[in-house]
Amino acid sequence: MPSSRKPKLAVWKFASCDGCQLSLLDCEDELLAVAGQVDIAYFPEASRAMVKGSYELSLVEGSVTTPHDIELIQQVRRRSKCLVTIGACATAGGIQALRNFADVQEFVSIVYAAPEYIKTLDTSTAIADHVHVDFELRGCPINKVQLLEVVSAFLHGRKPNIPPYSVCMECKRRGTVCVMVAHGTPCLGPVTQAGCGAICPAYYRGCYGCFGPKETPNTNSLSRWWSHLGVKEQDLARAFRTFNAWAEAFREESVAHEK
Amino acid sequence: MKSRTIKVDYLARVEGEGALHVKISNNTVTDVKFKIWEPPRLFEAFLRGRNYSEAPDITARICGICPIAYQMAAAQAMEDAFGVTVDGQLRALRRLIFCGEWIESHALHVYLLHAPDFLGYEDAIQMAKDHPDIVQQGLQLKKIGNELMILLGGREIHPINLRVGGFYRVPTKQELAPFIDKLKWARDAALETVRWTATLPFPDFEQDYEFVALRHPDEYAITEGRLVSNKGLDIAVREYDDHFAEEHVPYTNALHSVLKERGAYLVGPLARYSVNFDKLSPLAREAAGDAGLGPVCRNPFKSIVVRSVETLYACDESLRLIDEYEMPEKPAVEVDPRAATACGCSEAPRGTLYHRYRVDDQGVILDAKIVAPTSQNQKRIESDLWQFIPKHMDLPPDQLTWRCEQAIRNYDPCISCATHFLKLHIERD
Repeated sequence: MPSSRKPKLAVWKFASCDGCQLSLLDCEDELLAVAGQVDIAYFPEASRAMVKGSYELSLVEGSVTTPHDIELIQQVRRRSKCLVTIGACATAGGIQALRNFADVQEFVSIVYAAPEYIKTLDTSTAIADHVHVDFELRGCPINKVQLLEVVSAFLHGRKPNIPPYSVCMECKRRGTVCVMVAHGTPCLGPVTQAGCGAICPAYYRGCYGCFGPKETPNTNSLSRWWSHLGVKEQDLARAFRTFNAWAEAFREESVAHEK
Repeated sequence: MKSRTIKVDYLARVEGEGALHVKISNNTVTDVKFKIWEPPRLFEAFLRGRNYSEAPDITARICGICPIAYQMAAAQAMEDAFGVTVDGQLRALRRLIFCGEWIESHALHVYLLHAPDFLGYEDAIQMAKDHPDIVQQGLQLKKIGNELMILLGGREIHPINLRVGGFYRVPTKQELAPFIDKLKWARDAALETVRWTATLPFPDFEQDYEFVALRHPDEYAITEGRLVSNKGLDIAVREYDDHFAEEHVPYTNALHSVLKERGAYLVGPLARYSVNFDKLSPLAREAAGDAGLGPVCRNPFKSIVVRSVETLYACDESLRLIDEYEMPEKPAVEVDPRAATACGCSEAPRGTLYHRYRVDDQGVILDAKIVAPTSQNQKRIESDLWQFIPKHMDLPPDQLTWRCEQAIRNYDPCISCATHFLKLHIERD
């Protein structure tokens, strides 16, 4: 029989906006119930108590951007039975991966008067570029219902039920008229993974890809459709280069439309 | 003489990564450094070359806790540059979603991040074991703020519905109607929050702050106004750079802001309250009075009461806005970009946020400057600690450390914004 000790949960932060870990605190109706099932052993945004040792589940937010991050993520991996990344930063490098397309020293000197004080890497990279990751939860930000599903799945030793299909599926299910077909509004929904609930089209706006590429996305075909709608090349490059800019499918598509 | 070192390597219950180093020699504080080691994400650099219309969504990613403040500052900056006025019900809806952000962010800080300090708990989950009703009330209050953001913004973190010129979609009157009962409950809960926080134990600690906040002739300023202080500052947002400067100091990744003429200043709930007390709703003013607050509050530990008063105001104001709401014909005003310098300010839950952009005639961003509330408060946080520590030197090290953390959490610092996570290190030799 397993012991009655509650499994230990840790929440780690790398370069990020804190929004994905906030999603856990945003589970207003479930937070205390979750805390009844797991021992929230390390979650500095919420608690002073920092339990050392190892953890059954580590949720990792943020991307790797400093030499210190490279060391820390190795430690996190060693101390975690399961490691799940939460959000676009941890899963694809985040918006800060725009530096990967540029000269980072120039970037630093734009922002800081004394660039020599700043220690940063040339790239912002996903956690999976550094250590083995057991599951990647997408989104900028993540969907808190999906987060609860992932936590629940790992605690029960089953696979999380997170569909890899496109936002289009969610629009259909929600009964939203296609903004691209009906209104000619450019939309990244066909190549973007579901999970948000297809919010943007429901607000008469095209999807902007914050959940990153779906499985087997045909970005090239979608770009041609966007061109038919009159979208210019540089705007196509920009559209693929946002919060999941360094995810392979989006990266390649943005590079194809640059200049 | 005896010397001590107190060290806290990770300040909890703040958004982001920071540290505090304090040196004490011969019972005198000799150095205080509030360090922010949140890795720089270089927003101001990669905004260059982006379209003006992308600024609200991109800058929202600076902070998951106050994205509306970023979206509004960016959108208003661009509107100002392009000579566009967003008024009437569109302006009212922006104020309403901002009230939602104040409610969720303030309830988060009051109940989950700050209250445990006063009651001696490591976190709100521990606190909930002894005070389940209080924590539940805080969570439900927070939820209503989030629900307002979800309706008007599409989601609570990084809402998708705000744009330069207004919104993508505006709600019907019917969609807002269910919020009337919810907000009435929230208003009662906020009133109870003011009463409850007023009973917490506060150290006797007042400082002569220069309070800086937006001030508006007709309302408690949230989205716009002039930058006003209690020490004579009264300028248009556009004049910000003439009066404020940012300094780069070696030990922190966040730039320090100062008033060129007078140095450190304070933004946030205490500043807003003290500059704009006369603009609060009668209910909020009365509750503040009953809680023992005067029209000015100089005790940063009482910021928890002031945040509660502002939460009450935000509920009251939301009810007024919903009551007067008529669905606008168009969700947004048309925007034509032109070459210009764009300046915008908003009152994020933790204080004044300033954006400035230079944009070309195609609407492409040439450069960007963003000054977050926490970088403005950094120097003031350090000054508080210089004053606070000598008065509490007798406390046992772990208690003094905790008190110092609490003094920093008074500011609800958002280190993610300022660049994140606090290490506290008090060294005595």
